[in-house]
Amino acid sequence: MKVTFPHMGYLWISLKAMLEYLGVEVQEPPPTTKKTLILGSKHAPEFACLPLKLNLGNFMEAAEIGADTILMAGGCGPCRFGYYAQVEYDILQDLGYKYQLVVVEPPEKHISEFLARIRYITGGRPWWQVINAIRFGYMKARVVDDLEKLAQWRRPREITPGSTDQAFSSALQLIIKAGHPRDIPKAKLQGTHLMNQVQVDERKPVVKIGIVGEIYTLLEPFTNLDVERHLGRMGAEVNRSICLSEWINDHLFMGLIKGTRSSKEARRAAPPYLNHFVGGHGQESVGSTVLYAKQGYDGVIQLLPFTCMPEIVAQSILPGVSADLDIPVLTLVVDEQSGDAGTITRLEAFIDLLNRKYQQKEVLA
Amino acid sequence: MKAYLGIDVGSVSTNLVLIDEQAHIIESYYLRTNGQPILTLQKGLQKMAAKLPMKITVNGAGTTGSGRYLAGIITGADIIKNEITTHAVAASSIVPGTKTVLEIGGQDSKIIILRNGVVSDFAMNTVCAAGTGSFMDQQASRLNIPIEDFGPTALRAKTPVRIAGRCAVFAESDMIHKQQLGYNLPDILAGLCEALVRNYLNNVGKGKEILAPAVFQGGVAANVGMKKAFEKALGIEVNIPEHYNVMGALGAAILAREETIKTGISNFKGFSVANAKYHAGGFECTGCPNMCEVVEIYKSKKVIARWGDRCGKWSNSIAQSEKIS
Repeated sequence: MKVTFPHMGYLWISLKAMLEYLGVEVQEPPPTTKKTLILGSKHAPEFACLPLKLNLGNFMEAAEIGADTILMAGGCGPCRFGYYAQVEYDILQDLGYKYQLVVVEPPEKHISEFLARIRYITGGRPWWQVINAIRFGYMKARVVDDLEKLAQWRRPREITPGSTDQAFSSALQLIIKAGHPRDIPKAKLQGTHLMNQVQVDERKPVVKIGIVGEIYTLLEPFTNLDVERHLGRMGAEVNRSICLSEWINDHLFMGLIKGTRSSKEARRAAPPYLNHFVGGHGQESVGSTVLYAKQGYDGVIQLLPFTCMPEIVAQSILPGVSADLDIPVLTLVVDEQSGDAGTITRLEAFIDLLNRKYQQKEVLA
Repeated sequence: MKAYLGIDVGSVSTNLVLIDEQAHIIESYYLRTNGQPILTLQKGLQKMAAKLPMKITVNGAGTTGSGRYLAGIITGADIIKNEITTHAVAASSIVPGTKTVLEIGGQDSKIIILRNGVVSDFAMNTVCAAGTGSFMDQQASRLNIPIEDFGPTALRAKTPVRIAGRCAVFAESDMIHKQQLGYNLPDILAGLCEALVRNYLNNVGKGKEILAPAVFQGGVAANVGMKKAFEKALGIEVNIPEHYNVMGALGAAILAREETIKTGISNFKGFSVANAKYHAGGFECTGCPNMCEVVEIYKSKKVIARWGDRCGKWSNSIAQSEKIS
C-alpha cells in the first residue's frame, strides 16, 4: 500500500509525518503545477470548482510515481466538496487507474469516530501509537503555521526582496526532515532562528490585511496566484483567517486543544449579517471580516474559486459589513487563469486605497 | 515651460499624454497597440517629440496600464501605477468632487468609488469579459456597421428590445433571435447597450453606492448609446470628459508631476529612447513543471528586465533592488 492524498498548501508535511510515523508508505503527489491543472481540467466536469480539478490532477500525477491508495476528506454539504472524493474516484476508475479509496469524513460528534475511520489505514497498530502519530502531524502543522506567521510579518518589512521567502523555505526543510516528535522542538527553534535572521526595517509603516474565504484557495498558493507573497512584497502584512493547525483542531479534534484561535469565534461574530451555516466557510468569511475590522485591520481580501456557493453567499453580504464597519473589502475569484498581471493590478490598487486611508487616519490622530 | 508625460500601455491601445504644470493637456495620442507594446510606445514617443515646441522640457514621466512595467523600464518612469489609481486621479482632476468613475475599456471594466477625493472602493471584472469594448466591436462588425455609428444608431431607438446581458454568449444568440424576428437595428442596438449596462451594474457595480457626480470614461465612452443607457439605469447625469480615452495616461502624468515635485529629480531618459533598439525575448524555464514563460527585455544586447516567473528566480536575479514581480 502506497498512500497518497491531495495537496492543500503544506498539508502534506503533516499527513506524511503522521502516516510515516505509523510505518505506512506514503507517496505524496508532485507539487501542484500547471501540469496538474492541465491534467485535472481535461478530465473533470467543466462546472466543478478548481479544487476538484487540482485534486484529480494530483492523483493522476501521484499514480505515475507509484501511489495506489487515496486518503481523502469527505463532508456533508451544502458545499459540493463532500462528493468530491467519490466523484474523483469514479473519474479515475473510468480512466483506468487502479486506486483504493479511503474517505475520512469529519467526525460529527466525537473524536472517536475519526479514530475509527483512520483505523483502515493504520491496521492493527495500537491506539496509543495512532494517537501519537496524529499528535506528531498536528505538531508539525502548528510549527509550519508559526513559521508562516513570522514570514507574513517579515515579508513587507524585509530589506532585501526575496530574503524572507528564502529563509522560509530553508526553515520549512528543517520541519520536513524532523522524523520524530522529539525532534520537533529543536527544528522549531532552528527554523525560528533562520526567520529572525532576515534583516527588516521595523519602523516601516505597513498596512494590515486580513484574508478570508474558501479554505483550499486560502491555503494553496498555486490557486491564489501567490497573493500572500505579492501582498507582502507590496508592503502589506497579511493574516489568514484559516490556518491548517486551527482547522485540524476545529474539525478533526472537535476543539480538543484549547488556547488557539477557533472558527467558533468567527461564526459567533457573523450575526446579524449571516445567522446560520451556509456550507464551507461562508459564515466564517463574514465573521472573520467583522473580527478583522474590530481588530483594526486596514482591509480584507476574500478569495474564492469560481462557482463556490458558500463564498458567493458571503460575497453578497460583505459589502454591507464593509460599509457598516468601514473596512474595505476586495473579492478575488480564482479559476484556471495563470496570468497574474490582472491580480497584481487589483492588489496594487487595493493597497493604494488602504495607504491613502491609513495616511488620513494618521493625519487625524 | 515644464511638462509631464503620462503613458498608458493597454491591451488594445497605447496612449500618451503631455500636460503642463496646471495639468492641462498639451498633446495627446491614442494608438492601437496591435500586440507590439514596445514598438507602439516608441512610435508614440517619436510623434510626441516631433510635435514638441522648443521651449518645453519634460520634467517627469509616469506609466500605467497592463504594460506599465515594460513602459516604465524603457522610459525611466518616475512612477509606475496601476490603472485604477490613475483613472481615479484623472477623473477627479477633470470633474472635481467626482464620486463615481465608470470605466469600460477593451478587455476590462471597472468601477471606482471616491469619497472626499480618495478612492474608497473599487471593483474590476474578474472571470468574465462580457460587455467590454471588444464584444461591442465584434457585434458591430457582425451587424456590418462601423463602430463609430453604433451609438448614434442606438439613440434613434423608440422601444429598445430586451436582450439577455448576463453572458456574452447568451447576449449574442438572443440578439440574433430578435434580429430574425424582425426588430429594427436601432432598437436592437439600444437593447444591447441596456443589457451591457445591466450586466456591468450587476457584475462590476454589485452592491456599490453609485452617486453623482459620475464620470464615464474608457474607449466605450465614445458610444453615446451607452451613456444614455447608463443615465436611464442610474437616474443621474453621467459626464464624459473631453479626453475620455486617455484618462489613464492623464492620471499617470499628474502622479508623475506630484512625484517629481516631491523628489526634485526625474529619471526620465528623454525622447531618444524612441530610437534605441529594444526587444523582448523569452524562454520557458525548465526548473519545475510550472514551465513559466519568462520574458526578457533587451536594450541592444543587454538584458535590462525580466519577469513572468512564479518563484522569482529570474526576476530577482536581475533586479535585487526593484520590487517588480
